[in-house]
Formats: sequence, C-alpha cells, structure tokens
Amino acid sequence: MAWTRKQKRLGVIAGLGLVLALAAGLILTALRDQIVFFYSPTEIAENGVANGTPIRLGGLVMDGSWEQNGETNVFVVHDGESQMTALFNGILPDLFREGQGVVAEGSMQPDGTFLATNVLAKHDETYMPREVADTLRNEGVWQGEGS
Amino acid sequence: MIIELGHFALILACILAAAQAIIGFTLWRGNALADRFVSQAAILQFALVGFAFAALCQAFMADDFSVQLAVSHSHSLQPMLYKFTSVWGNHEGSMLLFVLILVLFGAAVAAFGRNLPSDLRTLVLSNQGMMVAAFSAFVLFTSNPFWRLDPAPFDGTELNPVLQDIGLAIHPPLLYLGYVGFSICFSFAMAALISGKIDAAWARWVRPWTLASWAFLTLGIAMGSYWAYYELGWGGWWFWDPVENASFLPWLSGTALLHSAIVMEKRNALKVWTIFLAIITFSLSLLGTFLVRSGILTSVHSFASDPTRGMVILAMLAALIGGAFTLFALRASALRSGGLFAPISREGALILNNLFLSAATAGVLVGTLYPLVLESLTGARITVGAPFFDITFGALMVPLLLLIPFGPFLAWKRGDLGAVTQRLMAAIIVTVIISLVVYGFMGFPISLAPIGLAIGFWVMVGAIADLVDRAAFGRTGFRQSMARLRGLPRTAWSTALAHFGMGVTVLGVVCATAFQTEIVTSMRQGETVDIAGYSITYEGEIHTDGPNFSADRGSYAVISPWGGERTITSERRVYPVSGTPTTEAGIGTYGFSQMYIQFGERVGPDARVARLWHKPYVLLIWLGTIIMASGAFLSLTDRRMRVGAPAKPRRKAKLAGANK
Repeated sequence: MAWTRKQKRLGVIAGLGLVLALAAGLILTALRDQIVFFYSPTEIAENGVANGTPIRLGGLVMDGSWEQNGETNVFVVHDGESQMTALFNGILPDLFREGQGVVAEGSMQPDGTFLATNVLAKHDETYMPREVADTLRNEGVWQGEGS
Repeated sequence: MIIELGHFALILACILAAAQAIIGFTLWRGNALADRFVSQAAILQFALVGFAFAALCQAFMADDFSVQLAVSHSHSLQPMLYKFTSVWGNHEGSMLLFVLILVLFGAAVAAFGRNLPSDLRTLVLSNQGMMVAAFSAFVLFTSNPFWRLDPAPFDGTELNPVLQDIGLAIHPPLLYLGYVGFSICFSFAMAALISGKIDAAWARWVRPWTLASWAFLTLGIAMGSYWAYYELGWGGWWFWDPVENASFLPWLSGTALLHSAIVMEKRNALKVWTIFLAIITFSLSLLGTFLVRSGILTSVHSFASDPTRGMVILAMLAALIGGAFTLFALRASALRSGGLFAPISREGALILNNLFLSAATAGVLVGTLYPLVLESLTGARITVGAPFFDITFGALMVPLLLLIPFGPFLAWKRGDLGAVTQRLMAAIIVTVIISLVVYGFMGFPISLAPIGLAIGFWVMVGAIADLVDRAAFGRTGFRQSMARLRGLPRTAWSTALAHFGMGVTVLGVVCATAFQTEIVTSMRQGETVDIAGYSITYEGEIHTDGPNFSADRGSYAVISPWGGERTITSERRVYPVSGTPTTEAGIGTYGFSQMYIQFGERVGPDARVARLWHKPYVLLIWLGTIIMASGAFLSLTDRRMRVGAPAKPRRKAKLAGANK
C-alpha cells in the first residue's frame, strides 16, 4: 500500500490522538471513582458517611481504649470533640500506641463503628500524618511543629 | 578538625562550581582554555566533595558526637555498617550524597568525555557546575551536616531503627545514582539547546549516560521495593505511595528517553521530543526530591521533614525547570527533524512505546499530585489509592507489553506488519502452549490473572524470538546460526535481555498479586496451620539481645509441600535508645516463592498472633529488574556505545547487514 506523506502524517496523528484520549479517559474515570476521602471523627459525626464507602479515618488513639482479643483489635479514635470506635483484624503497626496519631483505611459499618482494612504505620516517633496534624490543630487538641 | 576541613572543602567546591558555570557559559565557543578549566574544575570538585563526604563518614564511624548530625542520627552501640549508613539516613547527609553524585557524574564526563567536541563538553560541564553550585549552596545554607554541638553529649540518639538494615547501604546510593545521573542528560540537553547543535552524534553521546542512569534507577527502585517488602513487615512490595511514585516517574520517562534517543541516533528524527524528555526526566527527579524532602504529601514513607527546606527546593526546581523550558521554547522551533518514516516501522513502534510510557507517566503524576491540587482548591482531603494506579497504569501497560516483541522485528523507515507477524508466529504458538500448560496446572481459573501470565510469557518468548531470528536458526545450519548468535552486536543481546527481564517482572507481579494466600490467626505453642500446601507449626519464643536492641524471637517449623522441613524465625525488637519497636519478618525462600511470617502481639501465656503469607514467584519481580539492568550494563560495554570510539571497519559492514 502506497501512503502519501499526508496520509502518513494523518495516520500518526490519529494514532497519537487515540492513545491520548484513551489515557485521559482512563485517568478521569478512575479519579472519579477511586479516590478516598479523609475524615476526622467530628466530620463523620456532622456530615455522616455512607456505609461501605472506603474512607480514611484519622485522629488520636484514645488512652485506655485499645482492646485485643486474639487477632481482633478494637480502639477508639478521637479528635478532642468526637470519637469513633474502630475495629481491625490483624497485626497493628509497630508504632501504634495509645495517645498517638493514627490513620486507618476502611469503611463505616451499619452499627456505626469503623471497620479498618489497613492501619497506616509511621516510620518514626516525631512523624505525625499531615491530615491528622491539621485536624488536631484545627480542633485545638494538639500544637506540634509545622504542618 | 577534619569536620571543619570537610566543611571548608564543600564551600570551596560550591565557589569553584559557580566559577565553572560562569566562565563556561560565557566563554564556551571555541575556547580551549575555558574547556580545560571547566574539565579540571569538574574533577577538582569531585575531589573536594568526596573529601567533605569522607570527613562526615569519619565523624560518624569514629562516634564524634560533637557533630550535631551524628548526635541526632547515630549511636555508639550501632554496628559499624549502620554507623556508616547513618551518614545518609537523614536529610542533611542524604543531600550531601546527592551533591556527591552530581559531581561524580560531572567528573566522569570530564574524565571519559575526551572525544566530545570541546564546545559541547564545556557547556555540559558548565550546566552541571551550575547545578552543583545551587545544590551545594542548598546544603550549606539550609541543611548543613557539619554543624558542631557544644557541649558535646556522651552519646547519640540513634538512627531510626527501621533504617538499621543493609537496605540503607544499597537502596539510597543506587537510587541517587539513577536519579542524579539523569542530571547529565539534562546538562546535555541544555548544552544542545544553547549551542544549537543537535544531531545524531549528540544522541550517541547522551545514550551511555542515559543507559547507566536508567540501570541504576531500575536497581535502586527494585532494591527499595524489596527492602520495604521485608523490613516494613506488611508483606507488600509496592504501595503506589507518593514517595514510590516520585522515584517511578523519572524511571518511566527515562525509559521513554532511552528509546527515543535510539530513533534520534539512528534516524536523526524525534529531536525535539528527545530533548524534551531529557529535560522532563530530570525535572521529575527533582520533583521527587521535593516531594520526599518537603513532606507535603502524606506518605507511609514520610520521615520528620521540614517544609521550609521543601520550599527552597521548590524554588530551585521552578528556576531550573522554568529556565530549561524557556530555552526549549525559544530554540526548539529551530530544530529540523530529518528522516521520514511510515507509521508501521521501527520508528513508529518506538514512538508508540514513548506514547504509552508518557501517558503512563502523566497518569501516575496526576494521581500523585491530585490530592495536593484538590486540597488547595476545595479544601477536601483525599487520597488517591492503589486502585486508581492499578487501573490507569495497568490499562496503559497492557498494550505496551503486547507490542514489545514486535518492535525489534520491524525494519527502520518502513516495516511490514504481516511479515513480522509471520516471523513471530513461532513465538505466538510457543506462548499459547506455555500458557495453556500453566492454566492446565491451575485448573483453568476464570480471572484476569491468566491474561497477565500470558502477557508475561509473550514478552519473554518474544525477546528470545528476536535473538533466534537474528541468528537465523532454522534458516541456515545450526553451527552457522551459533556463530551468528555470537557475532550479534551486544546491543542486540541487551535489548533482548532487558525485554526478557520485563517479562519476568510481569510474571512475578501477576503471580504475587493474584495467587498469594494470607492468614491472620493467633497460634498457641505447638499449634499448626496449613497455608498453600505448607504446614506451619509455632514452636515458641525466646528472648534474645542484639548489639543495640532486645528481641522476642518466634520460631516456626515449616514443612513444604515437597516434604522439606526448616525453621523460620521472626522477631519483634525494641531499640531501647529511642524506645522504638520494629518487626523483623521471617522469610523462607522456596525456589522463586516465599513464605513470609510476621510475629504479632502476645495474646496469652504461650500464644501469639501470627500473620502468614504465601507469596508465589514473588522473587521474579526483583529478578526481572536485575535482568533488565544487566541488559543496560551489557549494552554499555558495546564498542559503539563508548563515547566517540570508532567502530572497527570489519564489524561495521556486518552491522549494516544486521540492520540494527
């Protein structure tokens, strides 16, 4: 098949356009469906979150709230104003402590508790997840170093 | 005293680099003296920064706790290796390592670039000098590792225990060699834009540096991934975490650059695009540095970070990238591309490769930065999780992987897809047979995984088919084919090797993702759990002390499906100096598969929670990346890759015949 220069160029441009459109479409659809919102216990109490929607919950682990029963963990996340009971099945990160910041991924259950599928670890003692730090500063619970 | 000398050496290097940039940029045109000055300045800078770095290492290894950095990141009880790695296990030291590698590459161009045209060499080194000046000033003014502490404490506060691992000795240096190595490609691009001389020879000169940086970056990312896998104890090897993405972005665009530079070298086409990619790749490296150092994104990898420093890096990033793109906009229109080609051709295939890789880069970049943008616009706090990346990245990689085997078969200028498919028919048949046999063993599961496996096999078989075809097996005698195989240029071998490695990694990713099994349970002493055909018995725990930690070590007797029995131990450690607990996963390797055991909390007098994973063929992920990197290193040894080295005339004739 003999291609003229113009046809070749058109062919290349059409190909490029197709791939780019595919990529843009993918990114936009995925962005609409696959993002996870971050909530503090107060925000959940005020606005509510649909059961089963994946969210991130952040705050401080309440002192004396962590109970272990085999591999099941129950703890309370609070931000000074409201609190939320969270359940997690598995081994908590090494740096999980009462009185420290935590971010948990999971969703709300019909009974009003939070079922965590993943609890995020921190790498060191001085690190506070940024969202948690912001929330706590807004609520006036914690004044830490810069955001 | 040595610390002060090191500090002084770094100041000297900074001033020298500034002088190098100023003199080089003003006197680059046909000035032999300026050329000699910038070359010698580059080598001298390496000596100076090398000395500064050695001085810092000496302070850490000799437990000099009058140095502030050593106090906050080292301890006299740490094993010697970790005292040494503590040097870059912190912000200040790692930025000094960054500068060290920046000057290393500058000195390498000065030392090995004797065959480069004088003007080009001067400009490349001046540009490198400019960056050395900027980054060493950044170290000196915002992150100085040489500050003393008075009075000096008796001991330090220890390196973050999570980092006390051999991984810290391997991962950051390799990653930086890759990340920062792309600075040379950036310098070459800037030199080309300033001088206006951009031709096939330029592409040939840049390619060895691109290849070396790419190989180091590949290994650096892979080793980081393996380190996170065994050290963090979550059993995952890739989290699509912002910091991981930061290192992955330059890898994607660097891979595109590697391929587009081939088109430019062989066909004198895609010039503007190649220059653009060289700029973008290093920009993404800098963006990564900014994201990691500023702590602006929430990342599981975040360490205590300092936003003001992040802002300085952002300003440097803006100046450097802004300058580069301004120059690019002014000069790029003057570039004429030569070499027309049909859409179905080697060039066309390489463009398609670039297109998919760029789209993937854009996808990952959008996903990484979107939370930042959305929060500053609407205040909503979101995370873009792994599913976003799995969908966008995965969907873009599937066609790219399917197309890989076709690329090396297509002829330059005008290829024939039908003929190529015919030549690949054997490979297609072999792939189908392998896939069917494997599906048979798995009992024909209905999921996406079999497609992933077939793609992995296809890429691997395609790479072998390329070599078989080049050696003309089946078309001439066996002995003759073997001779041809030996006579193939090393770049042909390295292409096949790198693509084969890609296929191996794909297989590993698919298997480890789709077929892993996981159990979380509490186990009493003597209790046995079965997982994926392995039977695992908890044998109890002992308390033990390491040099700077104490640990509870659990022992598990593991009987594999083939009958072999061995003991896997997993620990929970506490480092008393900082009071930090860590978990050391217990890992047993069976062929390419691994049994991964995490020792959990105590839940009774003789019972512990345990998390057990069976990770089938997980080692293929990293094995594949090592094969890819060795392909790149092999191609560096090709005579044609050596800067300016003329090919032997006898081989030249052969190469022309090989159409490569």
